[in-house]
Amino acid sequence: MTKLEKLVLVTVLILIALIPASGSRFYVFLVTDILIFAIFALSLNLMLGYTGLISFGHAAYFGIGVYTCALLIKKAGLDFLITLFAAGVFGAASAFVIGLFCVRLTKIYFAMLTLAFSQIVWAIAFKWNTLTGGDNGIIGIDFPPYLDSKVKFFYFVLFIFALAVIVLRKIVNSPFGRILVTIRENPERTEFIGINVKLFQLLAFVISGFFAAIAGGMFCMFNHSAFPDYLYWPISAEVLIMTLLGGKYNFFGPVIGAASLLYLRMLSTSYTEYWSLILGIILCLLLFFFPHGIAGFVQDRFYRWKTTK
Amino acid sequence: MTFDFSFIAIQVLNGLTNAMFIFLIASGLSIIFGVQGILNFAHGSFYMLGAYMTFQFVSIFTDSPHQFWWAITFAPVAVALFGGIIERLLFRRLYGQEELTQLLFTYALVLILSDLVRIVWGIEQHSVSRPAVLRGAVDIFGQYFPKYNVFIIILGPCIAFLFWFFLLRTRWGRMIRAAAQDRETLGALGVNVNRLFTIVFIIGSWLAALGGALVAPATSIRPGMDIEVIINAFIVVVIGGLGSFWGTFLGSLIVGIVYSLGIIVAPRLSIVFIYVIMILILIIRPWGLLGRPLTLER
Repeated sequence: MTKLEKLVLVTVLILIALIPASGSRFYVFLVTDILIFAIFALSLNLMLGYTGLISFGHAAYFGIGVYTCALLIKKAGLDFLITLFAAGVFGAASAFVIGLFCVRLTKIYFAMLTLAFSQIVWAIAFKWNTLTGGDNGIIGIDFPPYLDSKVKFFYFVLFIFALAVIVLRKIVNSPFGRILVTIRENPERTEFIGINVKLFQLLAFVISGFFAAIAGGMFCMFNHSAFPDYLYWPISAEVLIMTLLGGKYNFFGPVIGAASLLYLRMLSTSYTEYWSLILGIILCLLLFFFPHGIAGFVQDRFYRWKTTK
Repeated sequence: MTFDFSFIAIQVLNGLTNAMFIFLIASGLSIIFGVQGILNFAHGSFYMLGAYMTFQFVSIFTDSPHQFWWAITFAPVAVALFGGIIERLLFRRLYGQEELTQLLFTYALVLILSDLVRIVWGIEQHSVSRPAVLRGAVDIFGQYFPKYNVFIIILGPCIAFLFWFFLLRTRWGRMIRAAAQDRETLGALGVNVNRLFTIVFIIGSWLAALGGALVAPATSIRPGMDIEVIINAFIVVVIGGLGSFWGTFLGSLIVGIVYSLGIIVAPRLSIVFIYVIMILILIIRPWGLLGRPLTLER
């Protein structure tokens, strides 16, 4: 990370931290939502942008995080922080088991298998009434005493977000991260230079599952509830769109994508009930005109401006 | 739990009926994948449009005694034309791009069409009544079974055979099969591959819409039916083999029957059985029961 980037990051984090001072409950709510989905999208991008694996079932790990937190708090009466950690571990463990099967396949078949597994997780949450409450979900999950207000929870999410950014940033800039990029660029050649491609893909899958589940655990507390809808396949599609909207070849792309998409949704719901239509049109514009997302577009413009000067 | 024979027979017949609906949708999905290499999420939306258009045409031909038959003739054609226009204007620009781009474009269509349907027809449920000939039920081992379902069970295989005959014996059918094998060589032989793609997309949309038109009297027409059906269609083509015609038929039978028999064994888990079958197939034979392994990069 260059000095300039560090400076920008710290400034942005400080600016976000100042939001509650404005007294706007609306923005505290919106930014908490954005930060949670930003972690989710960052976790997906470790697979999508860095390793080149299209996961079409990432809602599964997010949802596993949601339900781990909800069940451990409601049924076992555990503390939120412990359940959040447990959510991460469960997410990573299930990503490991599912990943073992998925990494054997490539491209479209990989995407299909991740989708199939996520649908199984969804079906379990939806149908196992005695445990998960089925369609009625689990409700009434209260803030723990030390996070007893929306503002305190906001700072907690911001702290976890900063932590996730630092850790993921370290991962992608490490030799391990470089190998992931090599795999994305050309799996066959990576295999030829003696790297166990499947193993590294699986590791990326597991790390990604961990962070997705952490995001899910916080989303559960944010909504005070768990519903099967949180892990239905359109959520997987939505987080993919966020990542692409921001730009998958930029580390902060998914964060920008999550922020833009959720902000637009908030904005649109006050004018129209047809959010799907708007999202569909945004997606079309993105695919046809800005294939590298917002971050890619800005980078490209910046580069051109620099070279012409 | 009782293993009443007539009850099981009825469940099998119900499964067969569902299998035929799924087959119509999945066969279109499969042929589009086979030729264009696109996994079309919007296929479920064309099915939904087919059902809504049937509702619309039934209300247009409300004076005719044959309103249902007119509707199931015209509705799929209208949707197929719409599919052709989409392919010509939008899809065409995405050929040769990343798979993810194509996949997400079809998802964008899902989003747009789901809201357009809400805007045009509202969020309430609609229904289409069965044609007079097919009202009532037949007696099967002492249980009542709707005549309309019998009609579907007979019609499904007929359409399958006609379609198979088309693929096997006609000029366009041969070209479609050739395109599924090797698009570039076909183009080099002087076939207008772009036009072929449009035609395949029209046929695929027509099949999906026909499925929607035929399902209209058997269910309620409502927003959200697109998302429910597309996953089932995916499962069918994965089980049967992406791009394999009879594989799709076999996959539909498996999904339809496993689902309706699964309900007898474990009512809550019957949906899980199907996902488990799909996962087993993807792990053991990723190219499906009757498909061929991919040798070339698509």
